[in-house]
Amino acid sequence: MADLVKRMFLDPSRCIGCRSCVAACRECDTHKGESMIYIDYIERQNTVASSPTLCMHCEQPLAPCAQVCPAQAILVSPDGVVQSADETRCIYCENCGYACPFGVPKFNIAAHYMQKCNLCYDRTSQGKGPMCATVCPTQAIFYGTYEEWITAGRAQQGAKPVNTFAFGQQRVRTRNYVIMRQQDEELDLMAMIEEANLGWRANLPAATANRQTDTWVNAETAGIPQREVPAQPWTPRQPEPAPVPAHASTALGDGRVPHLSS
Amino acid sequence: MTVDKGIFRRRQRQAETFDFHSGEQAVTRWKSDEQIERYVPTHCCYCGVQCGMYLKVAGGKVVGVEPRADFPLNHGMLCPKGATAYQTVNHPDRLTYPLMRRNGKDSPLERASWDEVMDAIVGRFQTIQSEYGKDAVAIYSGSSMTNEKCYLMGKFARVALGTRHTDYNGRLCMSSATGANERSLGIDRAANPVSDMLHADCIFVIGANVGECFPIITSYLWQARDRGCKLIVADPRQTPIARTADIFLPLRSGTDSALLNGMLHVIIKEGLIDEDFIRERTVGWEETKALVEEYPPERVAQVCGLQPEAIIQAARMFGRANAALIYTARGLEHQSKGVDNGVTAVNLALATGNFGRPGAGYGTLTGQGNGQGGREMGQKASQLPGCREIEDEEDRAYICSVWGIDEKDLPHAGLPATLMIPAMLRQEIRACFMICSNPMVSLPDQHTVERALRGLDLFVVTDFFLSETAELADIVLPGSVWAEDEGTVTSLEGRVIKYNKAVEPPGEARVDWQIVCELARRLGKGQYFDFHSARDIFDELRICTRGAKSDYWGITYEKIDEQNGVFWPCPSADHPGTPRLYEQRFGFPDGKARFHPIVYIPPAEEPDEEYPLILTTGRVIYHYLSGNQTRRTPFLKEMAPYPWVEMHEQTAARLGIQDGDWVTVRTRRGEMTAPALVVRSIRPDTLFIPYHYGHTQAVNQLTNPVLEPMMKIPEYKVCAAVASRASQKPEWAKDIDVQDLLAAGKRRHELPMAHSQPNPTLR
Repeated sequence: MADLVKRMFLDPSRCIGCRSCVAACRECDTHKGESMIYIDYIERQNTVASSPTLCMHCEQPLAPCAQVCPAQAILVSPDGVVQSADETRCIYCENCGYACPFGVPKFNIAAHYMQKCNLCYDRTSQGKGPMCATVCPTQAIFYGTYEEWITAGRAQQGAKPVNTFAFGQQRVRTRNYVIMRQQDEELDLMAMIEEANLGWRANLPAATANRQTDTWVNAETAGIPQREVPAQPWTPRQPEPAPVPAHASTALGDGRVPHLSS
Repeated sequence: MTVDKGIFRRRQRQAETFDFHSGEQAVTRWKSDEQIERYVPTHCCYCGVQCGMYLKVAGGKVVGVEPRADFPLNHGMLCPKGATAYQTVNHPDRLTYPLMRRNGKDSPLERASWDEVMDAIVGRFQTIQSEYGKDAVAIYSGSSMTNEKCYLMGKFARVALGTRHTDYNGRLCMSSATGANERSLGIDRAANPVSDMLHADCIFVIGANVGECFPIITSYLWQARDRGCKLIVADPRQTPIARTADIFLPLRSGTDSALLNGMLHVIIKEGLIDEDFIRERTVGWEETKALVEEYPPERVAQVCGLQPEAIIQAARMFGRANAALIYTARGLEHQSKGVDNGVTAVNLALATGNFGRPGAGYGTLTGQGNGQGGREMGQKASQLPGCREIEDEEDRAYICSVWGIDEKDLPHAGLPATLMIPAMLRQEIRACFMICSNPMVSLPDQHTVERALRGLDLFVVTDFFLSETAELADIVLPGSVWAEDEGTVTSLEGRVIKYNKAVEPPGEARVDWQIVCELARRLGKGQYFDFHSARDIFDELRICTRGAKSDYWGITYEKIDEQNGVFWPCPSADHPGTPRLYEQRFGFPDGKARFHPIVYIPPAEEPDEEYPLILTTGRVIYHYLSGNQTRRTPFLKEMAPYPWVEMHEQTAARLGIQDGDWVTVRTRRGEMTAPALVVRSIRPDTLFIPYHYGHTQAVNQLTNPVLEPMMKIPEYKVCAAVASRASQKPEWAKDIDVQDLLAAGKRRHELPMAHSQPNPTLR
């Protein structure tokens, strides 16, 4: 049976860490200026890899955040979208933050309530795509049905969407998918942390430190033809150029500070 | 129980009592209850991709952005610059009235009236020109503005001022690729539309950080790979697209032509050349073949700092593809041999017959919004509109007939932008009118540039923010941003698209072309600048390009709207435009492409004992060119507030530098201090510093001002440098608490600080 539910498909292998989604999420009219999506560099010292995190809209168990909410501030709409906290109900107990398997809820300290992704309900309920997926320059965040994802040709090279996450014995099935490999049935986050603690994968080959990098030689030694061209700077550096003339005031006449950036 | 639930409703009221975090609030005040009056279809003002977008207009102001799914290139996708571009329109830093130093260089910039500044400019220009000759006044223009404005600047220089010195910041951008295109292919445009990537079997990206500089193009790369296309990336850093590439060649900066010659060597040895194509459509093959014979991969690998097997594999992968694309950008072009580098890339594409078919070709990814159109519109030192040569008798006569001037009044070729600086120091150029450019960030060897600009008798800058360069000006004219005017722009694939006007300029600011036309009128040349709209200018521009290489004659505003952009050349009203070039013939009279044998030239500065490292520069995704706009956009500034020094952990360990330490980088031109980003994603012999920042944060204090002999592009991408741990913070950072920043970055998971983290542990 065709799955007609529109979902997010998160593909970290495509993510370039540009945070376009973060910038666009802030443009949403319901929470303008606040972003509900996160982009993390995974291990910046090793790689430029990055990954998006946003509300996965848990299906089974249904919305742990809503289930633990003592004030019933987090509502789930009939179409399975877990809404942001109702700001008139939220008592700022942060229970949802502890219950969420993915660390998504965001606490607005100034106004004392929780905010999270509501799948751009104002847009998606009107048939438009959510902001983050619409703007994502690499389509690392894809919005659509499973069939649409397949039709877009995304599965051709062995990618497979997974929406089951294992936390020890606990399984969580979510509305949104992450893209894994053909052989993966679920994403076992605890096991990955264990692996990392045991030191596996710690010594991934460094991207650019191959054997040759320290031992480059010039063209003459290597024996390839080269052409010596005398360097032509645009102005002679000898004799030493005169110092820059005295600094004129750069303040504006009306006392405004002209420059934000430095 | 009586609880006033109202207190939860309005954050503004809360802020009075619970405002713990006001220091972290963005500058912009957000409002979400606005009624949007109009959605103006337009394009992004930043890079050459020119994504479509809607601007939301309410109460006569631009208040937001809405993705525009109906533009066929980006389908609604936007990068963070695009998503925040609208914030420059109402920015509090906008210049809203003219500024002028009334009492010499040491007086402050004061508010002045338009009449006062216009009279001052015209009076000084006329005095200087009568005393020192017409050529003592120069125009320094830009490419991040519409074709209409670019065209107008060239005409203003030659007709209103009568000076031969007019050039533009495209000189610093893709002029090397222009040289390569002109020498090898005959037409200065990317050969293929971007959508051709979806037909390629192999894409070779060399010296182009596609993920950060042209983010939307990445989606085409990924879609191509979904179809099984192979990706080869050559770059001294692991760029976001290099991370998952089929072959990543982390080459030494400045050795591109050796690598490309080496790959061609392998392709010939393995019999992967397309002999029919070479015979029928090219000339000069034998000399090139004989030369690359001397570039075996084993030797090339030593020079490039690569493994020979990787070069052989890459050459095989490229040579065996049915249709292959090569994309280059500034990494390969910002060198003292940038044209040569481009030519070697074209050689590779020609030898394998990769032209004129879907998914086969060579193209440069032009960086500036109108980098393509800006170089065709006759604001270049050596060209007239339509890529016509200024020294060609026929072209001169034709343009003079359109402009209605005498041929002997049309000046000849002038100095390119980079040579204007020494000419200013020699006092050959005594006054300069600058628009849409910020050389106090963008030119190399900043100290020399500053001396040159400060020494001018009259320096006029038109801009909408007070850029680092405008700070040095004697007169600053408040111009318009892209949303305040209409006009056409030519994107990196050669597609002419159109900006639409959303709002009026703020305060006394004026639309740029009106400022220029008014100046021309006061200079007594009003009859040549009788334009009443951008459309008038475009119509004259079309006539000027009629029959030229870049032919806009058949393009109209209506046609652009109907077709979502028109690819030039478009020679007649019923012509649909030309998305793919070279299907039948190349741009030379005989229709054949040219091979040029290219001997490897080493970088002008090689590392030595005193300066043992290579310094390279580049862009980050959050900033555009000199950062004059993006450094003022709160979100973008927060993401990349200041430059950093990216270095390999081996280098850092040798120098005793840790992630986040202040590092001083020195070259023969100067020094600067910035925090270290210690990573394994860069070559150990290379340092990288982003170039978007000004004053003491400018990496261009350090870069080497040697010029490419043909196009005069500076060598930004390679110079010798030395790094050391700084004993103290630089002056610009005295207010920055790095620990605070690190903590904030951790809290937000946002700042790109690396940290030498231990392995993750569960709490």
